[in-house]
Amino acid sequence: MSQLPKPDREQLRAKYPEMFDRPAPSRLATPAMIVAAFAVFIFGLVDLDFSPAKLFAGLNQLGWITLMMIPPDPGASLPAYLSALGETLSIALLGTTIAAVVALPFSLLAARNVIPSGWLRFPVRRAFDSIRGVDTLIWALVWINVVGLGPFAGVLAIALSDFGAFGKLFSEAIEAADRKQVEGIRASGGNALHEIRFGLMPQVLPVIAGQVLYFIESNTRSATIIGIVGAGGIGLQLAEQIRVLEWQKVSFLILMILVAVAAIDWISGKLRFAIIGQRAVA
Amino acid sequence: MARPFFEFGPGQNAAMTSAVSILPGAQLAVLNAAYRAAVARKRLRLALAAAAFLAALVVAALGAEVNLRTLFTYFGNFISYFDRILTLEDGTRVWSNPAEWFWGWRKWLWMLAETILISYVGTMIGAVLAFALNFFAAQNTSPAPWLRFVIRRLLEFARTVPGIVFALIFVIAFGLGPMAGVLAIAIHSTGALGKLFSEIVENADMKPVEGVRSTGASWLSCMRFAVLPQVAAGYASYALLRFEINVREASVMGFVGAGGIGQELVVAIRKFYYSDVSAILVTIIVTVFIIDIATGWLRGRLFGGDARA
Repeated sequence: MSQLPKPDREQLRAKYPEMFDRPAPSRLATPAMIVAAFAVFIFGLVDLDFSPAKLFAGLNQLGWITLMMIPPDPGASLPAYLSALGETLSIALLGTTIAAVVALPFSLLAARNVIPSGWLRFPVRRAFDSIRGVDTLIWALVWINVVGLGPFAGVLAIALSDFGAFGKLFSEAIEAADRKQVEGIRASGGNALHEIRFGLMPQVLPVIAGQVLYFIESNTRSATIIGIVGAGGIGLQLAEQIRVLEWQKVSFLILMILVAVAAIDWISGKLRFAIIGQRAVA
Repeated sequence: MARPFFEFGPGQNAAMTSAVSILPGAQLAVLNAAYRAAVARKRLRLALAAAAFLAALVVAALGAEVNLRTLFTYFGNFISYFDRILTLEDGTRVWSNPAEWFWGWRKWLWMLAETILISYVGTMIGAVLAFALNFFAAQNTSPAPWLRFVIRRLLEFARTVPGIVFALIFVIAFGLGPMAGVLAIAIHSTGALGKLFSEIVENADMKPVEGVRSTGASWLSCMRFAVLPQVAAGYASYALLRFEINVREASVMGFVGAGGIGQELVVAIRKFYYSDVSAILVTIIVTVFIIDIATGWLRGRLFGGDARA
């Protein structure tokens, strides 16, 4: 190392000025952004009533709660929990299926290569966006007002909020489809419906099937929480046990949810692999 | 039914142009039979899968107490519900009198600001924790396999338990108020971001690290000058995306008493203040749109077009 001539700093500076003297805006931009982000953060902590005393008291309480959760124990209500879990899985499956079936025709309306006119496409897309902008829990509350408490409201809530998500995803899948096969159908004398059925659907359906499976999986999670507002399933049990401070049952229910989600993950991973092969989805 | 390749009678054959050559009947029959068999096999598999799926649906429908006949009755109710939430108390449509519709805008905007602040602070805490943990969870930078295993399981737990469940528990531990919501969002974001961050680190190029190390730099300098420049843009991009998701999540934290606009919404829905429901929903949707567009623009501005997750 010592054999190397020591580089002359001044000489280097003269040779590569852009390396040594970056203009002030580009040098200051990142620190300024970090300072601004941190300032908003501090303001948020103050505004949202964070205080160390409250935090430590809460953490202490949380520690006790965690201790009381051990060991997880369902007590005498294991059958009720299992049936609630079944209800949750049913809600996820039914809601996703209804959403997929209803969203497919509407997603055609939102795809550029099916409906070239923006006048129809734009409102359909905005409708999808609006539905997605509202959380599933809110839809669950609305449906409870309409159909009453129970798992049916949960099914409809999941169906509606997934309708928005599927509409967007399906229409994107349709837009990504290869144009040539559609042209082939048209060249052999097919009408518009033939083009969709034989030109688009064979390309799009495997992608859609993968997405639907992925959503069934992620809806198992959503379905666990819509019970909290009264829309059936295991969330209802969980919220009730938390309210009455039965912590051992709470931890058992959380474990059940984790195991169920992992199982569904595994199954749908296998199924997706069988349907679309190695291609990644979503 | 499966259709064969060609099935021409002798008369039709003569009418075709001579350029199309038809295989002799015996050879054609073999091909057609093979084709029919292949198609029949495929259709049988599809039919079996469809039947299994249908059976699962029926079981699910029984489990979820779904009744198709009542669905149609209820669907009418759903439409009329929207009719009602778009009607003011004096019977006129909401858009004919925006001042009356948004009578509580001052209060709602404050709660909306609180919602955004909850998700911002929650995302920040989550991102910092994820940043602290992700080097231990990534395969190429983790000091020990057992540590990596523990951190990964922790992150998995934090992201699989829904945020609102954490909120329910934290409301009891920390008391009602936005703090419980912030911590719930922070924990959930830690789980989600920790996984994404560690995946970015695993994809980082290790050659710059070797380059920096060859100059005699410490581990910290390696991370700072070789890894961080590669991953910082990805981190910021994912954190912004998470912020966007968390705004939606924070809008329902109020349902369990953890602060934000959800509190107001759940009261309006439960007490049948119809026009208030639609007004609050509209403010939430507009806010989510604005934040979607703003963060999308910011991501594009900061990291170029291809940084979008």
